[in-house]
Amino acid sequence: MAGVGTWDTHDYDVLVIGAGGAGLRAAIEAARAGVKVGLICKSLLGKAHTVMAEGGVAAAMANVDDRDSWKVHFADTMRGGQYVNNHRMAELHAQEAPARVRELESWGALFDRTREGTILQRNFGGHRYPRLAHVGDRTGLEMIRTLQDHGIHQGIAVHMEFTVVSLLKDAGRVVGVVAYDRERGRFHVFRAGATVLATGGIGKAYKITSNSWEYTGDGQALAYDAGADLLDMEFVQFHPTGMVWPPSVAGILVTEGVRGEGGVLRNSEGRRFMFDEIPENYRSSTADNEEEGWRYVTGDKEARRPPELLTRDHVARMIRREVRAGRGSPHGGVFLDISWIKSKVAGGAEHIKKKLPSMYHQFKKLADIDITAEAMEVGPTTHYMMGGVKVHAETQMSTVPGLYAAGEVAAGLHGANRLGGNSLSDLLVFGKRAGENAASFAREHAAASVADSEIQSVIGRALQAFDRPSGENPFMVQRALQEMMQENVGIVRIESEVEHALGELELLRARAANVSVDGHREYNPGWHCAIDLDNMLTVSEAVARCALARRESRGGHFRDDHPGKDAALGKVNHVVRKGPDGRMQLEAVPVLPLPADLAQIVEENK
Amino acid sequence: MVDVPVKRLRFGQTQRRDAWWVTPAISFLILGSFVVYATWAAFQGDHYFVGNYLSPFYSPELWGGSPHALFGTKPSFIPEWVPFSPALLILWAPGGFRFTCYYYRGNYYKSMWADPPACAVGEPRKHYLGEKVFPLIIQNLHRYFLYFAVFFLFFLAHDAWKSFWFNDSFGVGVGSLIITANVILLGGYTFSCHSMRHLVGGFLDRFSAKPARSSCYDCVSSLNRHHHLWAWCSLFCVAGCDVYIRLLSKGVICDWRIF
Amino acid sequence: MTTSVSATFKIWRGDASGGAFVEYQTQLSEGMVVLDAVHQIQAESAPDLACRWNCKAGKCGSCSAEVNGVPRLMCMTRMNDLPVDQPVTIQPLHTFPMIRDLVTDVSWNYRQKLRVKKFSPRAPDRPDGTYTMYQRDIERVQEFRKCIECFLCQDVCHVLRDHEKHDEFIGPRLLIYTASLEMHPLDGEDRLQALKDEHGIGYCNITKCCTKVCPEEIRITDNGIIPLKERVVDEFYDPLKIVLRALGVKKQKTAK
Repeated sequence: MAGVGTWDTHDYDVLVIGAGGAGLRAAIEAARAGVKVGLICKSLLGKAHTVMAEGGVAAAMANVDDRDSWKVHFADTMRGGQYVNNHRMAELHAQEAPARVRELESWGALFDRTREGTILQRNFGGHRYPRLAHVGDRTGLEMIRTLQDHGIHQGIAVHMEFTVVSLLKDAGRVVGVVAYDRERGRFHVFRAGATVLATGGIGKAYKITSNSWEYTGDGQALAYDAGADLLDMEFVQFHPTGMVWPPSVAGILVTEGVRGEGGVLRNSEGRRFMFDEIPENYRSSTADNEEEGWRYVTGDKEARRPPELLTRDHVARMIRREVRAGRGSPHGGVFLDISWIKSKVAGGAEHIKKKLPSMYHQFKKLADIDITAEAMEVGPTTHYMMGGVKVHAETQMSTVPGLYAAGEVAAGLHGANRLGGNSLSDLLVFGKRAGENAASFAREHAAASVADSEIQSVIGRALQAFDRPSGENPFMVQRALQEMMQENVGIVRIESEVEHALGELELLRARAANVSVDGHREYNPGWHCAIDLDNMLTVSEAVARCALARRESRGGHFRDDHPGKDAALGKVNHVVRKGPDGRMQLEAVPVLPLPADLAQIVEENK
Repeated sequence: MVDVPVKRLRFGQTQRRDAWWVTPAISFLILGSFVVYATWAAFQGDHYFVGNYLSPFYSPELWGGSPHALFGTKPSFIPEWVPFSPALLILWAPGGFRFTCYYYRGNYYKSMWADPPACAVGEPRKHYLGEKVFPLIIQNLHRYFLYFAVFFLFFLAHDAWKSFWFNDSFGVGVGSLIITANVILLGGYTFSCHSMRHLVGGFLDRFSAKPARSSCYDCVSSLNRHHHLWAWCSLFCVAGCDVYIRLLSKGVICDWRIF
Repeated sequence: MTTSVSATFKIWRGDASGGAFVEYQTQLSEGMVVLDAVHQIQAESAPDLACRWNCKAGKCGSCSAEVNGVPRLMCMTRMNDLPVDQPVTIQPLHTFPMIRDLVTDVSWNYRQKLRVKKFSPRAPDRPDGTYTMYQRDIERVQEFRKCIECFLCQDVCHVLRDHEKHDEFIGPRLLIYTASLEMHPLDGEDRLQALKDEHGIGYCNITKCCTKVCPEEIRITDNGIIPLKERVVDEFYDPLKIVLRALGVKKQKTAK
């Protein structure tokens, strides 16, 4: 097994890594610019995590409520992100999202409609007006399929079931990657003028997560190893409602759409505990009684939103508090009830099935629960990484030339907390921008060759696990890492625990360096896990270091020892990068100051 | 060029654990019995009516010996040596409608022809033409049999109406109910037909532009959901109806007058 | 079922050159699905057991396999719905070339999709590039767009499975894909000739196995394939329509 052997070489102008929404959108845009585009997917095409997105795509089209505009969307995004967002990204995002959604329609997407025949928009946590274009609760599937079916006719070369193990650099810029194909276990070198990372999140570093096996922080770690800056890595979003039972499906997402359609959270005493505490900056826009909350759900423009639709970080912590206080459901969550709306809506059961078909299906099949008749049990689950590769707001280029990032792997737009629905619009808006800019970069910078010796050493490292006859099982190390991160750098953090985690990470790194795998290179899950482990360790360390440095609570990051906000820390973002000694360096950089016009928009929409 | 090599299964080979052969076997028995009985009954040319009751196998009776015949007795241009029965003149139409029906096709391809014997079970033959070429390409004319079937419904409805008039006085016999149920079930079967669904509105891509067609399409679609049930119930009823009238006519049983 | 029960699995192991069923024992726990059992076997006794999966919630369509001979998603097949007094057999999809163990090469399906003429919308209804479409118009196509591309229907379809018509027939998934384009309220492309000829819709003999295995419960045959067959009849087999078209009484193409 030790033989490094040969590899296949592929040449592209733009290489896109990741075929979820952002990757596909970038590839489509690059192909439209007329350059040669290659697309690498870790799984089969169209299976990426975008399919799991349920609620919708946020775009201020004002089809349902004409008071909505990009300014309100911008202000909502900034408020949700607790003002540590990159304001330029938030601005571009709010301005360009409507056009990106309409474009999907001309590529065949069929969003649910209003009576007037326009795209229907629904309410969602943190969005002031109904803003999420959706297709029942399978919006992500609709989006990825639309992009996929459009993309395959654009002359994009798709490499399915490939994993990238390293970026290749020449003269300070990224000029390609080394990857292997999972099916045969062979190595491939991709040379490209520009490379776009669209690899998604890091959920698999945690035990309870809505993410699948793929989300091991590959893009963040590849960029980090190539010398790029990572930003805001302490901000991990824990989605408040994941399934908690049965154990095998714990963490799988229950869409926020359930609450958008009128679902309420109750503790074991039957009380709607979300009314207990409403954060200051949302008090004026949140209902203070159940009746008003329901009116909001039915589209009453005078009513304020029910507290179940507060931001995800807040809802997640409130659920955790109820569970800790012993008022949880039998399997350690709380109750999410949509069935009660039957008393309010004629044909309630059918209405629920129509509005939330895949939730109905998911609970019926996996937990044997009929959500039109019973409450669901839900609890927080690791869902989304707000932080990631630091990018230029307009071009999406990272701090390393030739390397771009878009979608979840990139950072900046969401600040300390992402609003539901903003990820789908994020990947459309910035996927397009990344593809566009990568294409123009590639026009000016031809691919360069990398010495065979460097490629050989990358491949040699990737194959090391085969050479250790009696090392540890990589799955065991992965499990230990997930449990450790869940326990110490999870939804609520304390200095001592995070410090402990950093120590544990050192030990885990040593264990990871000693894993061994058996057998063949064809579709060998043990080997794949061994390779992914390094990435997970890198991003875990980044999360822990940033979490330690932010001695305050803000958005997705909650410090039990510093439960309040710190004005000074509210003006900085944390950046990590690989130091000259190979160790992780952390730097606090000032948040970009808001220009006067944007500051005024924020003020007007407070 | 086939670029996907497949390992072929033997006839009946499967990893399925359930009794996959039961459903096709039952279908085989029922369809087989129906075809045998209907053929026998059609060739009888006798015992197909009694008083105001007429067997649906013989309706509409164009020429024949019963008072229900539309154009009198057997025409002289039909040579003596040709087997004649009023049913033979018309039974090809409802028979063809069922033979080319999308539901029955799927069913008898499995139960009668084992193509496939059941889902994910190996087949006996290598050769396969499907409905792409002759002979089965004629299945595409299903809609013409549908037109006949709709036409026949008027006669069957008229028969049902007549079945309530016993020597010019209104009454209800068990036979009247069976004959009425038969026309209702055949109506359900005919109007739930896939071709019907297409013709009334399924061909449209934008329903909102044609509200009337769109409502028809919805009606037919809701019937179509249970097309298989309509198919079986009407099959049993039409055979039952013929058996009942045959037994009445032979004097084996008596019609029970309810009213 | 809270007490631990053990079950035996017969899992196909091998590659393109051949293989065999291998027996594994593992403990069952509450709410377990077949995919959990496979993962447990991977962790306990067969770390190199190849198996494709992703979302574990029936949304991505990756973990397709044949469980006790029936094509299913492993993540949506609950262990308590299977008899465990006998070994549970798990084998890869039959209709596609083997790669290893439970993983098959499904790339044929992706190649077929490229053969279907792409979506081609009419000009936007409004200057901002938007269209007027009513819920009524899109419901039928929305059902087809629920497809998660698990290819279970392609696996079970006997035209591919037993008769290897891979080069003449695109299979139920791609017929549904074609239906979603043909019946799309904005689409103006004509795919009927292709359906009849190179896509081989005539090979479908509507035995409805595809509908039975569809995890999204799409009524593939009734709502997709049969309506397409009827459209093909309109265009190529209905003698009356052909004559009327020849006389110029009827338009050449199905009303859009």
